[in-house]
Amino acid sequence: METLNKVLINFAHPARARSKINNALRTAVENLEGVTVNDLYANYPDFLIDVKKEQEQCENHDVIIFQHPFYWYSTPAIMKEWLDLVLEHGWAYGSQGHALEGKLFLQAITAGGDDSTYRSDGFNCFTIAELTSPYRATAKRCRMTWLPPFTVLGIHRGVPEDKIKAHAGDYRRAVMALRDATLDIQKVIRSRYLNSDLNAAIRSS
Amino acid sequence: MEHFLLQLFIFLAASAIAVPVAKKSGLGSVLGYLIAGIIIGPFCLSLIDNIEEVMHFTEFGVVMMLFIVGLELEPSLLWKMRTPILGLGGVQVVLSSVVIGGSAFIFLPWQQAAAIGLILSLSSTAIVLQTLREKSLMDTSAGKSVFSVLLFQDLAVIPMLAILPLLATVSMHGDSHHQPVLFDISSFPQYMQVIITFAAILFIFFLGKFVSRPLFRTIAATRVREIFVAAALALVVGISLLMTAVGLSPALGTFLAGVVLADSEYRHELESDLEPFKGLLLGIFFISIGASLNFTLIGDKIYLISGLTAGLIISKWLVLLFAGLIFKMVKTERSLFAVALAQGGEFAFVLFQYCKANGVMDDHTAEPLISAVAISMFLTPLIFLVHEKFISKQQESENEKRDSDSIDHRKRKVILAGFGRLGTDIGRFLIAAGIKPVIIDHDPANVDVLRKFGFEVYYGDITRLDLMEAAGASEAELLIITIGDSDKAGNLIELTTKHYPKLKIAATASDRSAAYDLMDLGISTIRRETFGSALALGQDTLKLLGFDPYDAYRMMRIFRKNDEEMMPELYKIHREDEGKYISMYQKHNAGLEELMMLDMNSDMELVDKAWTASNPET
Repeated sequence: METLNKVLINFAHPARARSKINNALRTAVENLEGVTVNDLYANYPDFLIDVKKEQEQCENHDVIIFQHPFYWYSTPAIMKEWLDLVLEHGWAYGSQGHALEGKLFLQAITAGGDDSTYRSDGFNCFTIAELTSPYRATAKRCRMTWLPPFTVLGIHRGVPEDKIKAHAGDYRRAVMALRDATLDIQKVIRSRYLNSDLNAAIRSS
Repeated sequence: MEHFLLQLFIFLAASAIAVPVAKKSGLGSVLGYLIAGIIIGPFCLSLIDNIEEVMHFTEFGVVMMLFIVGLELEPSLLWKMRTPILGLGGVQVVLSSVVIGGSAFIFLPWQQAAAIGLILSLSSTAIVLQTLREKSLMDTSAGKSVFSVLLFQDLAVIPMLAILPLLATVSMHGDSHHQPVLFDISSFPQYMQVIITFAAILFIFFLGKFVSRPLFRTIAATRVREIFVAAALALVVGISLLMTAVGLSPALGTFLAGVVLADSEYRHELESDLEPFKGLLLGIFFISIGASLNFTLIGDKIYLISGLTAGLIISKWLVLLFAGLIFKMVKTERSLFAVALAQGGEFAFVLFQYCKANGVMDDHTAEPLISAVAISMFLTPLIFLVHEKFISKQQESENEKRDSDSIDHRKRKVILAGFGRLGTDIGRFLIAAGIKPVIIDHDPANVDVLRKFGFEVYYGDITRLDLMEAAGASEAELLIITIGDSDKAGNLIELTTKHYPKLKIAATASDRSAAYDLMDLGISTIRRETFGSALALGQDTLKLLGFDPYDAYRMMRIFRKNDEEMMPELYKIHREDEGKYISMYQKHNAGLEELMMLDMNSDMELVDKAWTASNPET
């Protein structure tokens, strides 16, 4: 069956076997129809990214998600390498670069600190929105529609199994809504995180 | 026989003494030979006779030199050089002839003036090429221009031989010395002569392209080296005879044969086999030039001859500078180019004799000119020295900056010794990276197969010093050794570090203990043959067992890094105390295991917790 939108998940975790939450999130969406999971560390352990192949993959999808841990308020190294190499001038940006135009851009972030730490008076001094602003600017530069990040905060090994399951379920619903175009984009863009209030954001089809 | 041996002894002993002395004092080998010639010649010790005959015989050294030059020049390169050869060479020969002939016309009838102009326009291939090579200037742009002009001059000798008899003014006396021995082509009608000439050139092509390879392959397979040398000599001598018979320059013919064989796998073997013969013949040729200087005549006509010499050198120098200007050479290139070619050439001796025999001029006119040519040749190495000391020094400083940032990686020379299973892959990799190695292998069948795949492989035993030289070891930057036979590899390394201390060496070792042997010889860039593939296969295994691909990759890298870092330490222990070595080896392996597990199980929990406000750590 042809889905409405095709979703590409660029997955970046250097020690995947040891990240319960990222594994759970990934497993929740892995076998969905119309969803492609692209494990960057597994495909390019030596960081030699196949730019042509990555670009073609982006061209063939409508929604591009970057799923990764929020390492040092940013991304794991390979995702930076991916952005540096794949988003070429004349392809992604510049007067001739229209390849990504109109596609949806989303980050799915997992972080150890909880929401209260990401505030100007909090432990991490800045909000997630402020800290992810480089990616928002990147999406805009590439003429993509930026969405607020899907966040799973306050995650460590002590988190109970059922909570992980709940996050994974939310992630699956969000990805499916993006795929089936049942997500209210206008409403979501105004919220802090994509998963701030998923029930309100997803139209029942 | 005894007389011949005595003469030979005098020539050889003189060069054995004079050349090292000359080289030690920075004069170059050519000047050494010339001085040796003067000393043993009739005006000093008077140890030798029949100089003219010796000179005539040893001219063959020039023929061999051009064969070797041709070997180093691929046809495509020659075709690329057609503009400098015809343009630069043409301008030089025509202008020099006009200027020198014009000056001679003031004193002599026009026929003699024209003949002198033509003859003196030629330069000395032997001295110039030998000197340029010794100073490794052949590959510079000035060197190439010089070579182009010399090549054109060799071509120009042919029409000169045709024109000179037409300029006869004095009545003929005596017969020509230069009758071909095989048959006389001039007895045929004109059109037949042209056909025969072309047929001869075609024959050389045919010989080089189709006959030589199977022939050399068969000979190489016998592994009797002197037969290969004999075949190489026979090839050059045979072509010379053929060329003389059809009235072409033998130097030109062998040059052509060299070019045809330039892409043959036997090129370096041929080169290294002929090199000593060429060197000796040329050396004796230079000695005979030194010996033929007629000091009585020079003493009698000192003003005339020094005037002629100075006039010859200066007018040629000016013409060359002018030609360099027309062809837009840069300043440094132009000055070397002009200095290199400003002398008379060995062809002048031949052609003046030819003129005398054909009644163009008499001894009275020719002798001072021959002396002037000889002196100008004698002065050439000295002029080179002066140029080097004063002019190129100051120009060098201007060039240095520009040279360093424009290193062309394709020009970097790498010799790949051994082209078996491992060498093939290294060769492919280097070629893909734009570096064309000189590849040498000892197995004629292997060479044959790889050639068919388009590799530039040469046949030969790399542990022979002369072959190393022919493969360009003195200019090369790096030698890669992939010879399986570790004794042989050891020989090669000893040879290389002794004779080419600047040449970097990278080597493969069949296993750990072979690597230790290489370390004994002071080699630091060593790869164990199977180590890389073993680790790659190990990484594949982990992946197939379901390890995360990135984890598998990291473990492989950690293992490799630590194993390589341990090598020097293990090597030291291995050489000192065999018993302790085994326990150290085991300890090292256990350490590695621990290290890799640590990487796998680093505690993510603590890391995650550290980012939360409630973490006790903060």
